Amino acid sequence: MAVDRLQREFVTSEGIDLRLHLGRVSERAAAFIIDLVIVMVTLFAFTLLAITAVVGSGTKEAAEATGIIWLLGFFVLRNCYFIAFELGMRAATPGKRIMRLRVVARDGGRLTGEAVVARNAMRELEFILPIQMLFAYGDGWLSWIAGLASTGMFLAFPLFNRDNLRVGDLLAGTWVVRQPRAELGHTVGQRRRSAPEFVFTEAQLDAYGEFELQRLEDVLRREDDLSLIVVARAIQRKIDWTGGGEDLDFLQAYYTALCLKLERNMLFGKRRADKHSKA
Amino acid sequence: MSGLDIAPALHVSSHRFREARSIDWYRLEELLARIEKGKASSLDDDDLFELPVLYRSTLSSLSVARETSLDTDLVTYLESLSTRAYFILYGVHSPFWRRVSHFFANELPAAVRGMWRETLVSLLITVVGAVAAYAMVTANPDWYFGFISADMAQGRDPSATVQTLRDTIHGADPEHLGFFATYLFVHNAGVALLAFALGFAFAAPTSLLMIYNGCTLGAMVAVFASKGLGLEFGAWLAIHGTTELFAIILAGAAGMRIGMATAFPGRLARLASAVKAGRSAAFVMVGVVVMLVVAGLLEGIGRQVVDNTLSRTLIGGAMLLFWLVYYYLKPARSRAAAMETP
Repeated sequence: MAVDRLQREFVTSEGIDLRLHLGRVSERAAAFIIDLVIVMVTLFAFTLLAITAVVGSGTKEAAEATGIIWLLGFFVLRNCYFIAFELGMRAATPGKRIMRLRVVARDGGRLTGEAVVARNAMRELEFILPIQMLFAYGDGWLSWIAGLASTGMFLAFPLFNRDNLRVGDLLAGTWVVRQPRAELGHTVGQRRRSAPEFVFTEAQLDAYGEFELQRLEDVLRREDDLSLIVVARAIQRKIDWTGGGEDLDFLQAYYTALCLKLERNMLFGKRRADKHSKA
Repeated sequence: MSGLDIAPALHVSSHRFREARSIDWYRLEELLARIEKGKASSLDDDDLFELPVLYRSTLSSLSVARETSLDTDLVTYLESLSTRAYFILYGVHSPFWRRVSHFFANELPAAVRGMWRETLVSLLITVVGAVAAYAMVTANPDWYFGFISADMAQGRDPSATVQTLRDTIHGADPEHLGFFATYLFVHNAGVALLAFALGFAFAAPTSLLMIYNGCTLGAMVAVFASKGLGLEFGAWLAIHGTTELFAIILAGAAGMRIGMATAFPGRLARLASAVKAGRSAAFVMVGVVVMLVVAGLLEGIGRQVVDNTLSRTLIGGAMLLFWLVYYYLKPARSRAAAMETP
């Protein structure tokens, strides 16, 4: 499964595996773009401020102030931004927070300051320096090719290793994991008292395994009419159901019965992954 | 669906489980939200005592849920909550500003000190380059353009008159000082980062860059010395050069440290060795960037304002002394180094 390729064992000192999921390259790229936009907008704001502040003293001073802001301000701002946010409690820049990501030490220990500094210092080399070279010496086609090649090589690096590491992560001993903020939903499959009784035979409950149960849980959680009808029909055909009843009531009853049975078997150490494995 | 309307006998186990334990989970969630918002100081003693207990009970809920329940919603929720709690409880940091001051007071000098061997090599390579270029240009001025391109020389070449050369040293352009300083800083930061980055290729390109840097220096000195302006040029260079050259030498040393760690990993795996070297090298690079900011200010502003050979030399000497004392003599305790020594 696609998800399992990114799942990593992460055992806490209490001995429980938290099963972290690494961030996808697309998510990380999106987070970086968001961060870059925030830094740029801040920079533009400062520039406007500087221009309006010195507008009385002539355009030459304004141009100079703008130059300083863009050369030095950009350097200081982007580095402070990334390092300060990643050293914070949530170990994530605003872009990463929006994408539900955080930086974690690969060895499972604390995220140290030097790791954060190292992974962000490398960003300068991976991204900023080649881009600057592109603009600074961009009059010859050779420097364009060299700049593009080195940026491309660094940017594509996360695509070519198992852990989606960029060079900075590799050296700093960090990786970026997903931290989805899950809300606790309600339990599904609780029947209304007024709902009619459904009785299923053992054979009818043997039709499905855990995988199907969890898909059914999704459907019940969404309560989307069309999928309820489709799924109810599919199950009824599969188990030769002739008892009739409302689709929602039927599905809730079947979910509850199947869940009870599979969970009981679980307690005895009998798992059934899906409908293809032996009952 | 209201709670009262549910047929009680048909609860799946996850429902009973949720009812019994969810109070703890919600409480933990609330405490975590407060900490993540940066209001950790609003937690009182009771909350702080409660936090690890709630965390352990959530972890145990998670492992029970994984083994007994097929409710994916529940397991996903508990995984997410436990992960959040884990990173908050075990990733305890001291406040940001304390970490920054600790870095400059202890970690940075310790990292530079730990790299003294590479720094010496880097210095040596630069000096060899400078002496060689000096000797070559003195023997045959044609060599000069082998080291320095025409647009970098800006008329400062062996054919220039004494007056032209003297003007380049003392002719101050008082306008655009700020911009000039900034431009120099960005340029030098680029060179330093390059020296560091190229270290990964087993330190060979870094060494070449250091030699080249030394050659440029030596060739320049040779031109000015041949016209009897050696001392004045030295002062012109020293005011910022002591800081700047020191920074570039350190950047080269950091690059070499990584290169050597990659080439000769010793008992560690090659990647692990590079990671270890990369961290201390990154520390040094932060110091290098700070030094380059100072050098840029001295070069762009200080040198234009102070137009006197003696004061220029004094400022340059004082800066060198300051860096040496800060990096090598100031007592510093490094947490990282303390952990490494057995």
